[in-house]
Amino acid sequence: MNIPDNLKYTKDHEWVLISDDEAVVGITEFAQSELGEIVFVELPAPGDTIEKNSTLCVVESTKAASDVYAPLTGVIQEVNAILGDTPDLVNTEPYAGGWLVKITGVNSSEFSELLSAEEYRSLTQE
Amino acid sequence: MAKQDTSLNDLYDQIPFLARHIGVGITDIEDMLAYLGVTSLDELINKTVPDSIRLQAELQLPPFAAAASEFETLQAIRSLAKKNIVYRTYVGLGYYNCIVPSVIQRNVFENPCWYTQYTPYQPEIAQGRLEALINFQTMVSELAGLPIANASLLDEATAVAEGIAMAYAVVQKKNAEANKIVLDDRCFPQTIAVVKTRAEALGLTVQVCDITDVTHYTKDTFAIVLQYPAADGAIINYTEIITTAKSKGIFAIVAADLLALTLLKPPGEMGADVVVGNSQRFGVPPGFGGPHAAFFATREEYKRIVPGRIVGASRDKFGTLAYRLALQTREQHIRREKATSNICTAQVLLAIMASMYAVYHGPEGLKRIARRVQSYAERFAHCCINAGLSVPQSAFFDTVEVVLSDAVTVRKRLTDLQINVHWESVDKVRIAFDETVTENDFADIVFAITGEQDVPIDGQGFASIPSVLLRQSSFLDQPVFHSYHSETEFLRYVRRLESRDLSLATSMIPLGSCTMKLNATTEMIPVGWSEFNTIHPYVPEAQVAGYTELCSDLEQALVAITGLAAVSLQPNAGSQGEYAGLLAIKAYHNANNQSQRTICLIPRSAHGTNPASAVMAGLQVVVVNCDDSGNISEPDLFAKVEQYGETLAALMVTYPSTHGVFETTIKDICQKVHSHGGQVYMDGANLNALVGLSSPGVLGADVVHINLHKTFCIPHGGGGPGMGPIAVASHLSSFLPGNPLSDTHSGAGPVSAARYGSASILPISWMYIALMGARGLTFATRVAILNANYMAARLSKYCPVLYKGAAGFVAHECILDVRHFKKAGIEVEDIAKRLMDYGFHAPTVSFPVPGTLMIEPTESESRAEIDLFCDALISIFEEIKQVETGEMPVDNNPLKNAPHPVSVLARDVWDYPYSRITAAFPMPHLLQYKFWPSVARIDGVYGDRNLVCTCPDISTFE
Repeated sequence: MNIPDNLKYTKDHEWVLISDDEAVVGITEFAQSELGEIVFVELPAPGDTIEKNSTLCVVESTKAASDVYAPLTGVIQEVNAILGDTPDLVNTEPYAGGWLVKITGVNSSEFSELLSAEEYRSLTQE
Repeated sequence: MAKQDTSLNDLYDQIPFLARHIGVGITDIEDMLAYLGVTSLDELINKTVPDSIRLQAELQLPPFAAAASEFETLQAIRSLAKKNIVYRTYVGLGYYNCIVPSVIQRNVFENPCWYTQYTPYQPEIAQGRLEALINFQTMVSELAGLPIANASLLDEATAVAEGIAMAYAVVQKKNAEANKIVLDDRCFPQTIAVVKTRAEALGLTVQVCDITDVTHYTKDTFAIVLQYPAADGAIINYTEIITTAKSKGIFAIVAADLLALTLLKPPGEMGADVVVGNSQRFGVPPGFGGPHAAFFATREEYKRIVPGRIVGASRDKFGTLAYRLALQTREQHIRREKATSNICTAQVLLAIMASMYAVYHGPEGLKRIARRVQSYAERFAHCCINAGLSVPQSAFFDTVEVVLSDAVTVRKRLTDLQINVHWESVDKVRIAFDETVTENDFADIVFAITGEQDVPIDGQGFASIPSVLLRQSSFLDQPVFHSYHSETEFLRYVRRLESRDLSLATSMIPLGSCTMKLNATTEMIPVGWSEFNTIHPYVPEAQVAGYTELCSDLEQALVAITGLAAVSLQPNAGSQGEYAGLLAIKAYHNANNQSQRTICLIPRSAHGTNPASAVMAGLQVVVVNCDDSGNISEPDLFAKVEQYGETLAALMVTYPSTHGVFETTIKDICQKVHSHGGQVYMDGANLNALVGLSSPGVLGADVVHINLHKTFCIPHGGGGPGMGPIAVASHLSSFLPGNPLSDTHSGAGPVSAARYGSASILPISWMYIALMGARGLTFATRVAILNANYMAARLSKYCPVLYKGAAGFVAHECILDVRHFKKAGIEVEDIAKRLMDYGFHAPTVSFPVPGTLMIEPTESESRAEIDLFCDALISIFEEIKQVETGEMPVDNNPLKNAPHPVSVLARDVWDYPYSRITAAFPMPHLLQYKFWPSVARIDGVYGDRNLVCTCPDISTFE
């Protein structure tokens, strides 16, 4: 299972790439493999303010519709609009082309609650 | 043993219908009991059903349940039918007389190959129905002028309410103040009544007013609802109203008449966001309220939040066009408390009839019918004006409002001629014309209203449709609506579709929790009688004495069976029963000044409609855990009951549990909830395991819904109709759903458009109860439990059975745990698809436990069929063994490649590592007769990524 060391994670199987006050969010390889083939991603609108742990978007496969929770508080700066036509990128490139949203104005005080790659790896092996 | 033989013989002797309904004979029963290692049915039942919950005395039913012969019982219901007086009825309000083409009547409506299938969750063996439903969606979409349509809802009033729920979900995201719905005061009264019920539960405001006054569109408004044509018959250009509403971010919902839309500008072209209505007048009789298929169409952008089921096009693994239910993840069984709707059952059989009506007539035929109806309305308006009466509307389609000068005389003439019209007030009537009106009928109507003979039309057409409202766009250009207008071609089309669907006429459909038992022909016969099916839901009481008696019989029988105090037959489906039951509980708490009770506890194993219904009723869902054997975790439940105490509204519980087990603790659980002021709602999906042995009343439930389409023999119709009446304890009896046409409701408001819901299918359950009697019904329960245990015992030698009761027996169904085959790369879906090659429909897949099969044989299957099904599964387990041992490749074996349709078998290239015989005839009996899947495995992902819900252009798939 690919769990890149440069990312942070949540116990809900999201990954976060932080640079300064921006964060890119996606779902992990483990999450996509559990969900099966993704057929649709419902994304928020740029400019939306989101609270940590609120519903960020909905990822749908043929067998489940799952909420993705915001790992951090902030404002949606950009969404991965290309997923509208190619939701399968979430399956094929969960850590690259399958990213979901970019959040800006995140607060470093919330970073400590995120998991390291090592911590997340042990979570998925339980 | 000998003693039991005698009593079984007596039972079979005394109840003539028993041997027809029960699939196993006395010898079979004895053999099966021996196989289970018990000496009698009594012993099996005693070991299966806990003593603490058993009825203390034998079930007693009202006198109609006489267990007489089929012949005598038909006579009995015939005499009930004759008590209904069939007037010529032109009341309108969304229900119209219609002509069911005889070829549809006999080959669809009266055909068990069309009415006994299950919901098409296994699409490879349901392509016929799915194509008919795609035709339905195409018809709705084009007539409404909107691109997305679903495959039917329950009735027009609830369809409007579903549209409002969808609007709320959309608008609320942008406007937190959103709270108000504005309905035009010319909407149908039953629609207004049902919307009020739904809105009140969610704390939303409803304003009924003249919608042309835009000052009503305040900032908190999120939806407007319009009727087209309006209840008073008027046809109005809504374009400006809709434009104004939308400029304020308000959702526009239009309830429309399909026949009118063949001539009128579609609401979609006026900017409507949602168009709903009832397809009843497309060849489905009014049936005293139902069943018929309501429809729902909307814009592309809302396709993923459409309530109910949508059929979509996809392709099979070889690229062949194939249909299946699309966007299933949006259904409430996945979304649970986050769902925007609890709708589950649709009205498939009736949607198919309506779509066949459109195929039969084609667009030109439909327009011809519409013009004829409209010309009668025009002529009638002329006659009234000539007679000096006032006709308020200048533009109308089929309904003419008339102000009378001598109402008393008109009433008398109408009564003498046995004609019903709608009385809007003491001196104002409305007459709705329909396709059944003949010249004689017309002359009588004219005479009754004007006192004069029919006046020949003077040549100047009444300007009944303003040119701006005339339909310009063409519709139903697809070949299917043009190719089958001769009866020869039409009949063959119907038969072609029929042959692609597996139904109970083909083989056993062992779906756990769905109870696919016999739908006996005798039970179905009265449904086709005009005394039951041509009656309008809003005729005077005096004309429906037969229905009143039948409903009263049924209510009394259900009261006795459930051990509760009162019954409402109004809810149109199980989901609606859940909703009505929770509303009753809520109204009860409110009446006791306990409105803070809003917490609804629901076990994790519950069906997804439970949490969805709770949310719609304005309750908050708290999930209760289950233990390792599938029972509700008593410690967790008790802790939560304590925790929520004063705010606890209800527990929703299924019994026997969704895991197919009689939990011994149910009484303690009910007592615990009661001791903290909560109520117990019982999901009656598994009532088939209780009838005559125990009852919700004995268990301690306050409300139960009864799926008449499971336990009481109403056929599933391939995904509807259903009926979900509720029974309640006496303290809740004043909170049952009210009459949709009455202004005052003591308890909860109405939940359906008609008082008795889908009344015309109630005779089916009446017949079943009458034919079986109390002893027959109880025996059916016992045999259902026997059959399930026999299957569990046979299959458990090859595959573990999850969850058994204390003595090692299951209830009326069992869960087969096939998850260990995953190690060999075999998924539960592969087994389901492989069963098709053996001529069987799969059991319930992945409910309530993901990756497992839940089997319910019912009491109606024969020993031979049960054994054949077990043999098929055992044979499949052998095939899996070959994969496990490496004899067959993991990705190329009979399961992974299943199903094998003829088109695959006939391919020149055969690159499978097994023979064609193994592929298609894995058991010898299949060489004698075989039901063929019509396509190979369908690619669900492709269809969900590229949603097509109308007849697709065939070139897309070439």
